[in-house]
Amino acid sequence: MPQEVGRQYKEIMKKYLESHSEEDLYVGQQFSRRFIEKEIAPEDVISIHKTAMIELHPELRNEVWDSFDFLIEMMIHYGLTLREHQSLIRKQEAIQIEMDVATKVQDTILKTKMPIVDGLDVGLVSQPARQMNGDYIYFLNGQNESSVAVADVIGKGIPAALCMSMIKYGMDGLENDNSNPRNVLEIINRIVEKSVDDSMFISMFYGKYDGENATFSYASAGHEPALHFNAKTGTFSELDAKGLLLGVKTDAVYEERSVMMQDGDFIAMMTDGVTETRTEEGFIEMEMIQEILAEVQDEPAQQMADHIYHKLAGLQNYRLSDDFTIVIFKKGTEKV
Amino acid sequence: MNYRSSVDIITEWDIVAARQLGRNEAKKAGFGTVDQARITTAISELARNIYLYAGKGRIEIERVTDDGMFGIKIVASDDGPGIQDLRKVMEDGYTTSGGLGAGMPGVKRLMDEFKVISEPGKGTTITATKWLH
Repeated sequence: MPQEVGRQYKEIMKKYLESHSEEDLYVGQQFSRRFIEKEIAPEDVISIHKTAMIELHPELRNEVWDSFDFLIEMMIHYGLTLREHQSLIRKQEAIQIEMDVATKVQDTILKTKMPIVDGLDVGLVSQPARQMNGDYIYFLNGQNESSVAVADVIGKGIPAALCMSMIKYGMDGLENDNSNPRNVLEIINRIVEKSVDDSMFISMFYGKYDGENATFSYASAGHEPALHFNAKTGTFSELDAKGLLLGVKTDAVYEERSVMMQDGDFIAMMTDGVTETRTEEGFIEMEMIQEILAEVQDEPAQQMADHIYHKLAGLQNYRLSDDFTIVIFKKGTEKV
Repeated sequence: MNYRSSVDIITEWDIVAARQLGRNEAKKAGFGTVDQARITTAISELARNIYLYAGKGRIEIERVTDDGMFGIKIVASDDGPGIQDLRKVMEDGYTTSGGLGAGMPGVKRLMDEFKVISEPGKGTTITATKWLH
């Protein structure tokens, strides 16, 4: 027990007992921080108090001294709880450091290269709601063609993030295979079904742009429909295709569809973190996303993606309730 | 030459007897009020664990000396089911009784030295020592 602290405590209390002033209470409270700094347990504080009182007022009745002993007994578990709390906080700090490292590892593992295809402008925003992202984007680039997988693991955080690396390696194995959207989803579905826990499901949209004939073909595993903007008519249409979530059934079959892209057309693929943006008034409407995209239809794809992110995240005060991912494929005109 | 005494833990009242013995010994050994309360609480927790999980066992209290230091050693032993996952019970935030027990980490904090030997199906022996500073 640091005796110096006890002496100072006694002096401060003595002054207060004489003055009853707010000023001395203030001094006392400032002094109490030293107890905390020095990690003096609550039971020790009472003991310090008792010792000080014995010196200042030895004439007090025995009941008073006994009551302090009783109070010390009362405080033992408080003291233990406090120390347990402090140790849990230190543990949490250690976990946070590990999480930071894990996030960096995730970023490195999941790195994907933005495609460079003549006549195609690509924009991408992917923001996690928590520390680790449960949305996943992967580009596969070929000769004069570019494919993208937009995946969303149902669930957030670490388990979802762990799931990602499996998809990534599944996709990497594909490169020389038939890369038609339908085939890709069927193969990834088998991998996921075999290796992932039953409680985890993944939705995925797979789109492939063929620069040769400006066609976008796509398939969907229970994912949000994409939006196709027709520059000539200034209208949007939804791109959706039938298919089960990944990991539900081994022999699931996926529908494949395609659409022609004209100059100025763009296709926006997203996760439900975008479509299910929640504001104070409830979920936003699909029309709102269309309006926001139409505002910036003449901008490059990356600016468009950034714009819709800031608009929708702004509506939620930048506190995302779900991972937010949007990819824009835009058929370039003069800019590309 | 070491003085040693013990209490068999069979009923809940024996927990009180073990506490009393511990407090008396701590006082005699020269511990202050707060440390007396800490030693007594440790004994109380250990005796309670015996009563709740092993059914019966024993608390022994011993005066010890080491290299000029004086202290008190508590030995809590039982032939109960033993502890399945020692790492888990030593973790903060884990209490099997679900109550407000200080648990093993609590006992460890109250004392200076702490050692647990447990074999599933055979029983548990916990030794905890506090030194006079």
